[in-house]
Amino acid sequence: MDLGSLLNALILGVSIASIWLIAALGLTIIYGTAGVINMAHGEFIMLGAYSSYMLQFYLGVPYLLCLPASFVIVALVGLALERGLIRYLYNRPLDTLLATYGVSLVLMQGVRLIFGSDPKYLAVPEIFQSNVMLGSASISTFRIVVLGVTALLVFALWLLFYKTRFGVQVRAVMQNKEMAASFGINSGRIYMMTFALGAGLAGVAGALFGVLAIVLPTMGASYVVQAFLMVVVGGGSLAGSVVASGVTGEMQSVFAFFTNDTFARFIIFVLIVVFLRFRPQGLFAQAGARR
Amino acid sequence: MQFTRRNLLKTTAAASAALAAPHLWLPTASEAWGATLKKGEPIKVGLLFSLTGSLAVPEEDSTLVMQYAIEEINKAGGVAGVPIEPVIVDAKSDFAVYSEKAKELILREKVIALFGCYTSASRKAILPTVMQRDHLLYYPTCYEGAECTQNTICTGPLANQHSQDLIPFMVQQFGKRVFFVGSNYVWPKESNKNAKVWLQKAGGELLGEEYIPLGSSEFGPVLNKIREAKPDFIFSTVVGASDIAFHKQFKQEGFKADKMPIASLTTGEIETRAMGAEFGAGHFLSAPYFQTLDNPTNNKFVESFLKSKYGKNGTTHYNMEETYTSAYVFKAGFEKAAAAVGFENVTPRAIRDHSGGVRVEDNVSPEGLIWIDENNFNCWLKPKIGQCQADGTFKIVKAADNHVAPDPYSIYPDAGVCTKDGLKSPDGKIRKSVI
Repeated sequence: MDLGSLLNALILGVSIASIWLIAALGLTIIYGTAGVINMAHGEFIMLGAYSSYMLQFYLGVPYLLCLPASFVIVALVGLALERGLIRYLYNRPLDTLLATYGVSLVLMQGVRLIFGSDPKYLAVPEIFQSNVMLGSASISTFRIVVLGVTALLVFALWLLFYKTRFGVQVRAVMQNKEMAASFGINSGRIYMMTFALGAGLAGVAGALFGVLAIVLPTMGASYVVQAFLMVVVGGGSLAGSVVASGVTGEMQSVFAFFTNDTFARFIIFVLIVVFLRFRPQGLFAQAGARR
Repeated sequence: MQFTRRNLLKTTAAASAALAAPHLWLPTASEAWGATLKKGEPIKVGLLFSLTGSLAVPEEDSTLVMQYAIEEINKAGGVAGVPIEPVIVDAKSDFAVYSEKAKELILREKVIALFGCYTSASRKAILPTVMQRDHLLYYPTCYEGAECTQNTICTGPLANQHSQDLIPFMVQQFGKRVFFVGSNYVWPKESNKNAKVWLQKAGGELLGEEYIPLGSSEFGPVLNKIREAKPDFIFSTVVGASDIAFHKQFKQEGFKADKMPIASLTTGEIETRAMGAEFGAGHFLSAPYFQTLDNPTNNKFVESFLKSKYGKNGTTHYNMEETYTSAYVFKAGFEKAAAAVGFENVTPRAIRDHSGGVRVEDNVSPEGLIWIDENNFNCWLKPKIGQCQADGTFKIVKAADNHVAPDPYSIYPDAGVCTKDGLKSPDGKIRKSVI
């Protein structure tokens, strides 16, 4: 072992963290704001990948434009879902769990009926198919893209929540829905917007994952567990998810460097269980949030 | 019943007596199947594949190609003059469902044979049922071996057939230094044990061996280790969606197929199409069948299959071809059994007993002549090595000159030899139903 390879592992850790974080962003927003545990999150990711595939395959849209387009398409799906189903269930958390699980099955099967169950393919520009060397360290260009998009989205969300009027309203509703309503904030509208926003974020994640891995009706399942872990460990806040993915991503990479991938996962799961035993509310529980 | 102490003793005694006499629980062969064939009624076979879930990608193709093969056989007059009727179920990529559906097909539908499974895990899930009922499973894909059940007929290559040509070929072409990457379950581990034996014979050097959880798509850490180890080539037993992620990230991380190719046991035509040909080009695959095999039977098979209503996925690949030939192995075995014991007396056991040595000839089998081993009921075939081209098809760079014998215990000589009655250990004892 030398320093160069450890440096490589640390850089990779940042990349793994960004992948886990972008998978968890949408879930964080939806859970953090409305308290809805969205079991269909993985399928939103999958829809994002299929939206990009559709745009690229049928309309020839360049890949980088597919990212924002996937955001819009999946956000609209999320919006329709919220209006049609979720909004009737806000006071019944167990029912939202079941309902969103049902929705996830419907989405998965629907996509399979339309596109078939064979894997699809997302083309990216040649420049994203290689790597860059930074001294002895090496990282693939596409991982830098994922990192960049994640950083951009986190920054945008921070701006949205802490620097805009909408953000103030969201935080007010989060802390106390009835009190916020008595000040004239339409909490139903806030929930609707954040649900759509969360879905859209999952869509962007899907458009990126389709390039890193594969576009399949079942692809969401492999990311959703990781995403839930980040939200639970982070405590449902944006900062919590950022720190949780940062720490676990680095741990995954460094442990895998010293042992192997499977064992690294095992250690992380054990550490998370121990952590939650002593801090069940997660890293940064939202002070004053009441549900 | 009250649980007094005396009662409890009595019941446990009775229960242990029953357990000590296992034959009480095992039905005899005729009871096992519990049906007879009638002339004029179609012969029912069960297609036990996943049509939904993570295994649907390969297994849906298996179901389609089986339907195609059955239609083709029926058009040509059926089996012993009687048409085959497929009973199609969906195992939903869930091992519990495999086992449940296997029971349903055997007990309720009374099919005479099962065609099914893709992963070793699902096969191992249904084998207890199949063996208990003395039934018959056609397992139409590659597997690791180390089984001797008397109830399975396999038309894919075993681990020994997979790597005995591939490893020496790669060592000779690219160099001695190898890195193994596989999915974390039984087939890759057993295949790698086999590959190590051939690697040692070829004078190669194993630099590292890494396993990735099934379904994982994060290959960063493994690729970093590969970068560090600088192997001459990579031997991969990564399967399914992970395999596609592996090839993509391999290129995205700056590795080049011409400098350090991946020699895989699974990356065939569907995988390269799913990842995009530019990520597959230059890498190698060992398989008995490639779509590009140039012989009249295969050209006809590819053309008419892709034109048929079952060919909507637009490609043929080794797994489909092995499934296709299994239908003809069934036909040959059934007809041989019917000639020997009479049509009405054909049972799954009779088919299996008469399948040893049955051949699927050049004019039927797209990969060329294959036959079933008389002892272990796996398949004699010619492994081939293909290199993926820029358009996603494979160029065959090496084909075995002779048929290679299937040897399920090639790396476990101490376990014994698989004979048609059971696993014969070196001390002469024969054990039945070894899984």
